[in-house]
Amino acid sequence: MNTPIAIEIVMLLAGLLFVLGIVGVIIRKNIIFMLLSVEIMLNAAGLAFIAAGSRWAQPDGQVMFIFILAMAAAEVSVGLALILRIYHQHRSLDIDKLKEMKG
Amino acid sequence: MMDHLLWLIPAFPLVGFILLALWGKHLSRFWTAIIGAGSVSLSAILTLFIGLNFLSSTPADGHYSQTLWTWFEVATFIPKITLYLDALSLVFVFVITFIGALIHIYSVAFMAADKDYARFFACMNLFVVSMLLLVLADNLLLLYLGWEGVGLCSYLLIGFWYENPSNGYAARKAFIITRIGDTAMAIGLFVLFYQFGTLSIPDILALTPTTWHEGATITTVTALLLLAGGVGKSAQLPLQTWLPDAMAGPSPVSALIHAATMVTAGVYLVARMHVIFQLSPIAQMVVAGIGAATLLIAGFSALTQYDIKRVLAYSTISQIGYMFLALGLGAWTAAIFHFMIHAFFKALLFLAAGAVIEALNHEHNMFRMGGLKSKLPVIFWTFLVGSASLAALPIISAGFYSKDQILWYAWASEHGNTTLWLIALFGAFLTAVYTTRMLLLTFWGDAKTAVSHYPSKLMTIPLAILAFFSLFAGFIELPHNFGHLTLFSDLLHQVLPETILKAGIHGELLFQLLAMLVTFGGIYMAYILWYRKPQLTEKLKQSAPLIHLYRFWFSGWGFDQVYQVLLVKPVVFIASINKNDVIDKFYQGIAILMVRLNRALSFTQSGSLRWYIIGLVVGAILILSIQVIL
Amino acid sequence: MDIFFYITAFVTLFSTIMVITRHNPVHALLYLVISLLSLSVIFFLLGAPFVALLEIIIYAGAIMVLFIFVIMLLNLGKETAAQEKAWLKPTVWIGPVILSTILLAELFYLIITAQPPSYNLQTVDSKAVAISLFTPYLIGVELAAMLLMAGVVGAAHIGQQKKTVLHRFLKEEEPQ
Repeated sequence: MNTPIAIEIVMLLAGLLFVLGIVGVIIRKNIIFMLLSVEIMLNAAGLAFIAAGSRWAQPDGQVMFIFILAMAAAEVSVGLALILRIYHQHRSLDIDKLKEMKG
Repeated sequence: MMDHLLWLIPAFPLVGFILLALWGKHLSRFWTAIIGAGSVSLSAILTLFIGLNFLSSTPADGHYSQTLWTWFEVATFIPKITLYLDALSLVFVFVITFIGALIHIYSVAFMAADKDYARFFACMNLFVVSMLLLVLADNLLLLYLGWEGVGLCSYLLIGFWYENPSNGYAARKAFIITRIGDTAMAIGLFVLFYQFGTLSIPDILALTPTTWHEGATITTVTALLLLAGGVGKSAQLPLQTWLPDAMAGPSPVSALIHAATMVTAGVYLVARMHVIFQLSPIAQMVVAGIGAATLLIAGFSALTQYDIKRVLAYSTISQIGYMFLALGLGAWTAAIFHFMIHAFFKALLFLAAGAVIEALNHEHNMFRMGGLKSKLPVIFWTFLVGSASLAALPIISAGFYSKDQILWYAWASEHGNTTLWLIALFGAFLTAVYTTRMLLLTFWGDAKTAVSHYPSKLMTIPLAILAFFSLFAGFIELPHNFGHLTLFSDLLHQVLPETILKAGIHGELLFQLLAMLVTFGGIYMAYILWYRKPQLTEKLKQSAPLIHLYRFWFSGWGFDQVYQVLLVKPVVFIASINKNDVIDKFYQGIAILMVRLNRALSFTQSGSLRWYIIGLVVGAILILSIQVIL
Repeated sequence: MDIFFYITAFVTLFSTIMVITRHNPVHALLYLVISLLSLSVIFFLLGAPFVALLEIIIYAGAIMVLFIFVIMLLNLGKETAAQEKAWLKPTVWIGPVILSTILLAELFYLIITAQPPSYNLQTVDSKAVAISLFTPYLIGVELAAMLLMAGVVGAAHIGQQKKTVLHRFLKEEEPQ
């Protein structure tokens, strides 16, 4: 498997995915889509970790990805539960409708 | 054995103060008087015992000392509450307790009609405690405690009749002006502590000659700072303006605090720290100069006053000027001798004046008195004795012996010179003039105000005792060519150095005769001006230059006006500008800025998730930009 | 092998773009699954087979199923898609795209100018990962376990259906 994939390219891919995730979070009004975009961002970060781990031949990158995975699982479960409650209270998933603070 | 009783001297009046301050309102007048006057009298009796013991068997090291407890401990600085009695403090303790007791007894009758009887005695007792602490202190910190304590009591008692706003004003004036001197003195104490690491008086006096050079700047500065404290307390130039106004207090207060004891604290301080002053010729010259200038200025002012108590106040300033002059001349024992004699006759004069004022229904103006010679005989005779002593009537009055010494040293001491001698001599002349004037206006001539009530026995007996001392106390110290008795200076030479005379000075008799002549001249001149030919005085007063001079002297040489313009007005002006505190504006500005910033930032807390994420992204861009740029 | 990477990278990017542009949540979700699967291929190519499998099993398997459950529970269908279409106007895109472009440019710049030159990627097998996970990172693993536990408890608590509403003003709107 000693294919010469340049690490810069992998990092560029991770950066692209991350930025796409950010764009998704900003432009979407639906909470579910925002949560999906957050997942994309998490994956992008994980990709960067794994690329770095492979680059230095260290297991730490993969360990970090596993932690990210655990964190994502917990986040998604709590986040989805919150979405359920929000939907039951507001009858909507529009994030702008939840703006109750007037600043 | 006796040194273990030392603590009782201040303890009696302290207990009196505590009892009167806590339960004064519930005590009957009888018990208030017993506690108030009795505590000080007990102290006086105890002082007599201890003093006799001290004189008959003087301890080898020349002092009794008693450590009561350690005040506090900060690293190496461990001031203790230690009482220290040597010959110098013995004289002061004697004067404070003895005259204090007499004045307390007098006050029992004098203040009988006052509604704040207990408050009066509580303050007086506290004053006696503080004054005793001042003179018995073993270290300068304890001395400073007493020093501030007497200042507080002076304030409380000048403003005793506080219903009248002008009395409160006088009290504040006295407090603030003496505070100027006290601040300088505190700085002096800092310097001493910085230099020696201790404030113990015996230690400092022992260390100074070996550590400091004669005439060094540090010596002069320290001496002048201590002197400034003394000048404030003793109402000397240029801080003398508070004493005439301090006469707003009751007459016994004037007698005890503003004549006999507190105002001589400056004299005590300079005498106590004499080693430092000896090392600094400049400081000693300043002491003599201040004394000379003060005695002259106050003498002229005393000449023009019509309020009998203000005459006495100015004469007090003038007589303390004599003491400072003596200190400056290196005539330490002469200064302390004059202090003791002055305490007797000035207390007597104030008490007698108080009796006259009360007898004439609170009439202070001497021009509306007169003819009291036959109506108040006891007061007349005692007042006569006091005046004789003040005017230094030769041979028979105690004042003559003490003042003559100072006059002689003004010429003969190694620091003395013709100018100082002439000033002192002229001061003696002025003293004779204004004393005679006061006496003539008060007791001779026609009665202008009816006597409303007569003094009781409780008032006249202290007067008689003081009169006795005013006459005969001088005989314990007689001039060299006239008896040559040196009981008093022998005692004090345990503590204070001998006065060094110029070589080859003779003719002390000539100087004494001159002093006598001047005194009689002054008395005769006053006799002519205010008794034989009062119309001449009136005519003199009408002439243009004299009336201006008269007004100038009457206002105390315009010091009050100058201070008003130079110090009080600017301070009040600055205070009025700064009513809302400029410095505060800065801090208020910070607070307002924070509130504004908070408002501005709270707009970002819109609750809009998108807005937050944009914030995050912009933050990330910023951080990355920094990395890109760097 | 190089070509495999570029193909999967393209698939990943394409499916990710599709995720953020779809109107129908189920479509978006399916594209995300594709994205995750292709990402796991990339992981495999990068020499991390263990993680590649985890990505498929946990992410694409478990987590995505959670999303599907929620979407089904809320019954998000055609109306949601229509609503999304209304929300996603072209003007909405301008600001975020500009910001993202700047961020991306900076990221690219930093990655390309990074000093250490390119090295070949090496395989790190699951054994090494397991040893590392249970020796130096043991505390981390336990913390992750606690986090998951908290997530489970939190989700169960939050997801509870309550008859009463926390906010008294919303009472009228609450259906029976």
